[in-house]
Amino acid sequence: MREISYRVALREAIAEEMERDDRVMIMGEEVGRYQGAYKVTEGLFDRFGERRVVDTPIAENGFAGIGVGAAMVGLRPIVEFMTWNFSAVAFDQILSNAAKVRQMSGGQFSCPIVFRGPNGSARQVGSQHSQSMDIFYAHVPGLKVLAPAFPRDAKGLLKAAIRDDNPICFLESETLYNLKGEVPDPSEGDLLVDIGKARVVREGADVTIVAWSRISVVAMQAAALLEKEGISAEVVDLRSLRPLDHETVLASVAKTHRAVVAHEGWPYGGVGAEVVDRIQRHAFDELDAPVLRVSGADVPMPYNAKLEQWCLPQPETIAAACKKVLYVD
Amino acid sequence: MLPGPSRSVMAAKPQKPQANPGTEHREKRGPDAPPPIKDSQFARQAPANLDRVSLPDVKVDVEELTRLYRQMQLIRRVEEEAARAYAQGKIGGFLHLYIGQESVGVGAAAALRPGDYVVGTYRDHGLAIAKGMSARAVMAELFGKVTGCSKGLGGSMHLFDAPNGMLGGYGIVGGHIPLAVGCAFASKYRGDGRVTLCFFGEGSVTIGSFHEALSLAALWRLPIVFVCENNEYAMGTPLARTLSVEDVSQKALAYGMPRDRFFARDVLEVKQRLGEAIERARETSEPTLVEVRTYRFRGHSMSDPGKYRTSDEIEAQKKLDPMLRARAQLELLGKTAEQLSALDAEIEEEVQDAVRFAAESEEPGPELLEPMTYVGPFAR
Ligand SMILES: Cc1ncc(C[n+]2csc(CCOP(=O)(O)OP(=O)(O)O)c2C)c(N)n1
Ligand SMILES: [Mg+2]
Repeated sequence: MREISYRVALREAIAEEMERDDRVMIMGEEVGRYQGAYKVTEGLFDRFGERRVVDTPIAENGFAGIGVGAAMVGLRPIVEFMTWNFSAVAFDQILSNAAKVRQMSGGQFSCPIVFRGPNGSARQVGSQHSQSMDIFYAHVPGLKVLAPAFPRDAKGLLKAAIRDDNPICFLESETLYNLKGEVPDPSEGDLLVDIGKARVVREGADVTIVAWSRISVVAMQAAALLEKEGISAEVVDLRSLRPLDHETVLASVAKTHRAVVAHEGWPYGGVGAEVVDRIQRHAFDELDAPVLRVSGADVPMPYNAKLEQWCLPQPETIAAACKKVLYVD
Repeated sequence: MLPGPSRSVMAAKPQKPQANPGTEHREKRGPDAPPPIKDSQFARQAPANLDRVSLPDVKVDVEELTRLYRQMQLIRRVEEEAARAYAQGKIGGFLHLYIGQESVGVGAAAALRPGDYVVGTYRDHGLAIAKGMSARAVMAELFGKVTGCSKGLGGSMHLFDAPNGMLGGYGIVGGHIPLAVGCAFASKYRGDGRVTLCFFGEGSVTIGSFHEALSLAALWRLPIVFVCENNEYAMGTPLARTLSVEDVSQKALAYGMPRDRFFARDVLEVKQRLGEAIERARETSEPTLVEVRTYRFRGHSMSDPGKYRTSDEIEAQKKLDPMLRARAQLELLGKTAEQLSALDAEIEEEVQDAVRFAAESEEPGPELLEPMTYVGPFAR
């Protein structure tokens, strides 16, 4: 099968959905003439023109809200945040309008919009530019939150998100954009991935690692390290944070009886805590050890390169947590 | 586009600023157009003498001009070395250079008193140095070393220097503008006579916090000067696609705020014009919005391919480099070539010392992270 990068997978998803449906348009800073700050939208301006690929000034709260309004009356906007850090400026539009309008209107209006962009750390971009916004959005009823790790899932989920009738926060990662993976050729038909389904990306017998987004890739590296020591780790890539597919997680835990949840965001009350809660509530009797979490350090991200890596989950720290739940050294 | 360059030091060719490409139509006023808004008493048109390249009207103190030239040159050399270190992988993340814009930060800082506050963006190396930070502290921060101004934790975008009143560089566009108003609020509250200068790019004028900040500063008459460094581009977006008007300083009108607007060609003129606004803030506690027109010679950050502007445009701008102008003025005032190269050598030594210092310094350790997150015990 052909291999393409995560970046190209996203671009294909956007282009195919724009081709298919004139209501779909994209707006954001530098998405058009500049070809995208991270080149996800490269070529789209030339292909679809300025009516559908809209360059915005720096006004996140403004254009996010404009997207919400346009979605309420029939468009299906994709709003790109140059990075999710800047979505904090637009938080009110997502929290108070996008997520609420359906219920407030007794179902008269819905908000089919996709907010997307890179989330989490990049490399040494400092505390204000390295935030994992996962939990801020996953916390909100009314929103769906997706965080794929691999190109095929990125494409299939983004296409599904654009077709979904609810507001969706789609979390990418700058450090995943160059990651290559197998993605079926468009000639083989529409690639759609169901929203709300986790995926076992590596099978194993001894311990389950639950992760999402970039950390799923790190978890695969951890599993490879463990394999050298004779430990067989299963990796569950959540892909979707809300809805959260705990069935797939529980099925894995029923097999391995031990689990480690790994994520980049802070530990306090994060999505990881939600996963742990669901495991202990639904699979308490299956567990042979407490579930452990490996998270980003509980501090703002420092600039210094070594400290930044110190703050982030590494293959080694995830592997060490797995050994801990296995009670080996 | 800014007006074309004047080439000779003595030539004095007044030119009017032109509208940005694509905005001309907005400037035309038909018979049905609404009457022009009456400006506040302090508002000024861009002066006719923009390209005067002899000495400015203000009384020129050679020593002062030498000092300002030295600062500008130091900033530029520090940044050129930083760009080199970045290419060598010694500096990471984002690096936004101020090269071309030095006259703004330097002229502004020269108009301040010790104790005054400045607040800026991620493009902050120039402002930090102008406000008194050492080249060592800047370079070490860029290298991520514990001897840097922010202990290597902040990086290029977050230079802080409390003793010198540098309240930081901030990464979220416009997010620091209300914060700067807060500093001015505290000054008025305490009656301490300080003035705050808040710097931001023209791209920040579209963000809500800019408007809320100006609105409150005007309403409460706070001692602050908003310095919009209009370098014509917000990343790859030219002014004409950021704003529906060409004159950024117009934003002051609706807030009933005094405004000014000029080109940063001449560091002494920058000092003088911002000085007027600063004095107004200090004496009458009245805020001003000042649009300073400038130009960055480098990309937005190190990763910007810069395809949105032509090399002709950049070359034309480089001929107007305020640094060259200051140097030419010093020559005009009798500085000899030997004196100027001695000055350059001194700057060079300072820059090389800063690079050595940064390279040799220790990195911060993880034990710093928790105490730098909270005052007192870590809140778990
Ligand atoms: C809220 C927010 N949105 C987007 C960005 C990304 N970004 C950083 S700088 C910049 C352009 C700012 O341009 P301008 O205000 O003109 O300042 P300049 O870089 O020209 O000094 C953008 C879009 C950001 N940092 N914060
Ligand atoms: Mg700008």
